[in-house]
Amino acid sequence: MFMHLGVWVFFGYIIHMFVKQLNAFTVPILGFPLGFYMAAQGSLIVFVVMLFMFARQQNQIDRDHGYAEDQ
Amino acid sequence: MATQTSTSAADSFYKQLGRMYGIYTGGFVAFVLFLAILEQVGVPNKILGYFFVFFTLAVYAIIGVATRTAQLSEYYVAGRRVPAFYNGMATGADWMSAASFVGMAGSLFLLGYDGLAWVLGWTGGFVLVSILVGPYLRKFGAYTVPDFLSFRYGGNFARFLGVIVLVCCSFTYVTAQIYGTGLIASRFLGMQFEIAVFAGLVGILLCAMLGGMRAVTWTQIAQYIVLIVAYLTPIVILSMQHYKIPIPELTYGRAIAEITAREQELVQTGLATLCTAANCGPATLKPHIQPFLNYTPLNYFGIIFCMMVGTASLPHILMRYFTTPSVKEARDSVAWSLLFIFLLYFSAPAYAAFSKLEVYTNIIGRDLTQIRPWLFNWGELGLIQICGKNATNLDTVIAACKAIAGHPGVLRFQDFVINTDVIVLSTPEIAGLPYVISGLVAAGGLAAALSTADGLLLAIANALSHDIYYKMLDPKAPTIRRLTVARVLLFFVAVASAALAATRPSDILAMVGWAFSLAMAGNFPAIVLGIWWKRATTAGAICGIAAGWGICLFYLVCSRYFPQAGVAYFGMTSLLNPETGQALVNVGQVLADPKWLADVPASAANPLANKVGWFDLNNINCGLLGMPLGFLVIYVVSLLGKEPSKEMQSLIDEIRKPRGRTVLDEKTN
Repeated sequence: MFMHLGVWVFFGYIIHMFVKQLNAFTVPILGFPLGFYMAAQGSLIVFVVMLFMFARQQNQIDRDHGYAEDQ
Repeated sequence: MATQTSTSAADSFYKQLGRMYGIYTGGFVAFVLFLAILEQVGVPNKILGYFFVFFTLAVYAIIGVATRTAQLSEYYVAGRRVPAFYNGMATGADWMSAASFVGMAGSLFLLGYDGLAWVLGWTGGFVLVSILVGPYLRKFGAYTVPDFLSFRYGGNFARFLGVIVLVCCSFTYVTAQIYGTGLIASRFLGMQFEIAVFAGLVGILLCAMLGGMRAVTWTQIAQYIVLIVAYLTPIVILSMQHYKIPIPELTYGRAIAEITAREQELVQTGLATLCTAANCGPATLKPHIQPFLNYTPLNYFGIIFCMMVGTASLPHILMRYFTTPSVKEARDSVAWSLLFIFLLYFSAPAYAAFSKLEVYTNIIGRDLTQIRPWLFNWGELGLIQICGKNATNLDTVIAACKAIAGHPGVLRFQDFVINTDVIVLSTPEIAGLPYVISGLVAAGGLAAALSTADGLLLAIANALSHDIYYKMLDPKAPTIRRLTVARVLLFFVAVASAALAATRPSDILAMVGWAFSLAMAGNFPAIVLGIWWKRATTAGAICGIAAGWGICLFYLVCSRYFPQAGVAYFGMTSLLNPETGQALVNVGQVLADPKWLADVPASAANPLANKVGWFDLNNINCGLLGMPLGFLVIYVVSLLGKEPSKEMQSLIDEIRKPRGRTVLDEKTN
């Protein structure tokens, strides 16, 4: 849980504090400046993937500790 | 409970769901193609607009009527059997309002990189919902968010505060939706804005009044399908036209490179003035990818934070996770919600980029006589201005520009002012696509506004009928009377918010931003500490909600409607320009003008409205003042009082374990 919140803080805030530095790079093929890309797509993709992973992990933890609901 | 027969009945119900919505989607696509053919054979645009608006409205109303219910658990939580996938879709529609559909791409167009604060804030918030709040509230088993507050903090006073916060933020939010429907109806049905606002209201009430959570759920899924098809179609076509690849999210990087090149060209040819540290006023060009020209970093990260935390505090969103069959499904459902929402949000910057490129190449730098006629439709609504005048027709435009000394006769960057709420709706016209695409986008915008308004009105009505009327005033009231009370109250709330919308308090995005901040300041500390800190007490929660929400509301109302008093009595000063650091308005000068001094409450035209505050904090971010205060007050007051009973503490442990019946069931049965 705290790891997930950490990832959230990193991709929600910290990485965007360096947008000016990141904009110096360009995403290959697509042609976005990297800082812009992270805010427009990168972080969003991370959030979606992270939530599916979190749901799986948490459900697994519930099963391991015998707290899962009856199916 | 879970016998063999009921599972197999449920299975066939879900299988049928897939088939039904499949047929529905196919039918919708066929309908759009049919209208495209009608357009080709010469049916006038206005008729097409009517078709789109009324046909889609009729479909939602039919679904609403067909699934209406008067059974309590169906009415409040759709019987708690909406599968994660479909609940995700319904939450997507509930979530994506006129602000996302109509407002966001427009703001990205205007603000460039800084607009991405909204995209980030409105997606990242679901991480908080899933980790901190959603599944636990589902385990708790409440009907409404105030239900939870009342139970956790024992007593009706906490419930009452919860209802006030809920009504206040949902009301602000619903006002923005009605404004959005009014905007669409006035453009596509040709009504006057103030009348169109009330016409939009009728459409909203038609769907929401009929049948509670169950009806709203199935309608919202239908609305999600319409809105996502409508949002993606124009940009897929544009991406195909420009770059031969139908995936706009991949191609708009090149559009951004072209925008940057065109920006430099405009500056070099003298058609635009670049924003610099010396002068960065509203008429200057702010490069699309350059950060922090429109928001200071404080306000940029403030918006991200407020929108994220607001997501996890908005009652009408949290309410949706009460409808899933289990805690596990609630958790999965949050992930699905974000996926469906993500589809629109990661397309929005593409929308902004394509329409900006079109405007920079097809409108700015063109001769005045070449202005295309669609512009005047929006000009008549006061939403597009050229050379400082509403662009109602060609003669007005030419006369207005002639009046400016030294005007070159071609449209310059600073001559063209477009309201951000127009961008999405007009992009098909800007790009010269067939009118049927414009109609489709209008139908999508309407679906977005209606679906959110339905969810919001339902949340308000549930709170008023369940929490206030049933739990506080008349605990013996029969079901039918409770539902009738809900509907009557709903009607008055909706009319009041339509009246407010007709005054145009701000643009859609800002209004919705306010709702998020209010929800965050009022609900978040009490909900999160209620789940995660057993020591939080009743007195703490009550003081915390009142203090956090109070300061946020005060800051908001004062800076929007009473800026004069804010400056005179509360030490507010003008917000600063992010690039130059100078004051946005000269407060002394405005206050010396008797016209503005007497403008109380401040009208939208008042130069001080929304432009003053503390610590250079935009009033959208008032939650940034309220939430920390809320946490602090709950913490301090709780520690001063006695710790909650052992029984309560063990119930809080119970919330964290998915197994077993919901906490409320165990308590009441």
